[in-house]
Amino acid sequence: MAAIEMKNIVKKYGDGFPAVNDVSIDVADGEFMILVGPSGCGKSTLLRMIVGLEDITSGDMIIGGDRVNDLAPRDRNLSMVFQNYALYPHLTVYENIAFPLRLAKMSNKEIDEKVRDASKTLDLDEHLQRKPGNLSGGQRQRVAMGRAIVREARAFLFDEPLSNLDAKLRGQMRTEIARLQKRLGITTVYVTHDQTEAMTLGDRVAVMKRGILQQLASPRELYEQPVNLFVAGFIGSPPMNFLPATVEGDQVTLPFGTFSIPSAKAEKTAGKGLLMAGIRPEHFEDVSVIQSGNVDTSRTFKAHIDVREWLGDQQYAYVPYEAEAEVQAQLKELAREADSDSLRTQLVVSLDSDSKVAEDDDATLFIDTDKMHLFDPSTGENLTVGL
Amino acid sequence: MKDIRGRILTAIGVVFILFWCLLPVAWIISLSFKSQEAVTNGSPGFFPSDGGGAGWKNYTDVLDDEQFRHAIINSIGISLIATALSVIFATLAAYAIARLEFKGKKFVLTTALVIAMFPVVSLVGPLFDMWRTFGIYDSWIGLIIPYMSFTLPLAIWTLSAFFREIPWEMEQAAQVDGATSWQAFRKVIVPLAAPGVFTAAILTFFFAWNDFVFGISLTSTERARPIPAALSFFVGADPFNRPASLLAAGAVVATVPIVVLVLFFQRKIVAGLTAGAVKG
Repeated sequence: MAAIEMKNIVKKYGDGFPAVNDVSIDVADGEFMILVGPSGCGKSTLLRMIVGLEDITSGDMIIGGDRVNDLAPRDRNLSMVFQNYALYPHLTVYENIAFPLRLAKMSNKEIDEKVRDASKTLDLDEHLQRKPGNLSGGQRQRVAMGRAIVREARAFLFDEPLSNLDAKLRGQMRTEIARLQKRLGITTVYVTHDQTEAMTLGDRVAVMKRGILQQLASPRELYEQPVNLFVAGFIGSPPMNFLPATVEGDQVTLPFGTFSIPSAKAEKTAGKGLLMAGIRPEHFEDVSVIQSGNVDTSRTFKAHIDVREWLGDQQYAYVPYEAEAEVQAQLKELAREADSDSLRTQLVVSLDSDSKVAEDDDATLFIDTDKMHLFDPSTGENLTVGL
Repeated sequence: MKDIRGRILTAIGVVFILFWCLLPVAWIISLSFKSQEAVTNGSPGFFPSDGGGAGWKNYTDVLDDEQFRHAIINSIGISLIATALSVIFATLAAYAIARLEFKGKKFVLTTALVIAMFPVVSLVGPLFDMWRTFGIYDSWIGLIIPYMSFTLPLAIWTLSAFFREIPWEMEQAAQVDGATSWQAFRKVIVPLAAPGVFTAAILTFFFAWNDFVFGISLTSTERARPIPAALSFFVGADPFNRPASLLAAGAVVATVPIVVLVLFFQRKIVAGLTAGAVKG
């Protein structure tokens, strides 16, 4: 077990394009670190540099106090689970798990002990003599993990290990990985593009975009205090709503009306012209389900509900609005960066499942402007971070 | 109804093709069991006529022949060595071609193809002169070298196609698991490419075993003369009346190793060995 320190890591390919640009991350001993971002953000490249499958252009990779930049993968003593598992099809499950031990020239008795131990942990006992080709996706996944845990590696590295599984299995394996990591207490770096995995598994999460580290924080902090528009839009599902806003005094003007905001936030943003307001779907509510005495009428507005999705525990309602071309272009760009697609400017609000709002009808909604963030539209920076 | 008609047509087709392919083989076997006199006198039947059968005599005669025994040893030795060397070199070369980016990769592949298409006969003359100068005329190595150069291209092409099919991750996983590049190649890549390796081996062996042109021009004595060439030197007492039945027996003996080899390797060439390596 060891801590992993990345100092100013840069990866440039032959054409000079920096796939990873000046990334510094410290992974503490025993920590579960997630690298997350849209495709092409350099997260997998970074992981492959940790394990030694990619050369590091500049910067220092320090594992357990040793600089490993120039060490071959086999000398770094890390174990990795690949996206497509990379099991050896000509070997049985037993031999697949035993492979690293055989390379380490352990005695047969020792190997047998360790393999049985790993297979017990992962519930693979009955499959030991089968070939990977005859196993289901989830079983293959477990064999790949078995091969990773069987030897005392200094850290585990996962490269999108669950992306080939169906949704239900993915949920189960996610819990399984979390449990295993907690029990073994081993340093783990986990790459994913799935933000649910990122939020549920990680002690800390590193959000990357185009090779640059955007924010490194706990899942809660990422969600509640995103440092810029990209992180705010990438983390959370459905994503945070972005609305054009202007702040005058302690009043913010949104396309739906003018509302008061906390003075701390207003001080930082007043008079800065057109800003981007970010507010999460759950910070809206249907006024009709709130006890009448608790409604702050200065923070309600009438909205036309376009589509409603009832999910049982909650429901999403969509409120289209008109925005200026400039704002629309910026929203499109944001969506593109986060690997999603926004067809129209609309507000997504999450309402209590008791709410009886109807489609194609007007409703009165409450907006919790205390939780609103305000971003500088040109730099994307969150002006109200920590407030 | 349609189904049955289809099956009957298939059966007829199969029988026809089998007949077409196997009749000459069957006839050689038939010939090898006839006595010399019966062949000379004309023995048109498939089975030897009364008194025209020779039993195993032709076979014992062939195997008793000192020259032919040498030829068998030569053929087996030369073919096996040429096959082994060719497969080893081809495996390494094909791996490099499939995995590494280097200048002149296309050139290597095209050159290899050009060599494979080169007419064998046109090289015999120069080789004859060269081998005599080098002092490897009429030796095993003198035959192994041309066999290798003509079989390597095909082997490289076959194997590099197989290597390309093997996912990169296999090797990377092996390296992360603690293998050196060589260990990853030997313990993961080669076993996975086994069907390709065997295919290349069989093709090489066939070429070496069946070659006649090099065998007859680059040898002069039984020191290195392989079976096909030796058979052509099988002349009985009368040079105008060659011992057809003896030749037939010799031909059958020369065919047996090939048949055995194919039957043996057929079980090794299991396609779809890589199935299950990755999800899909």
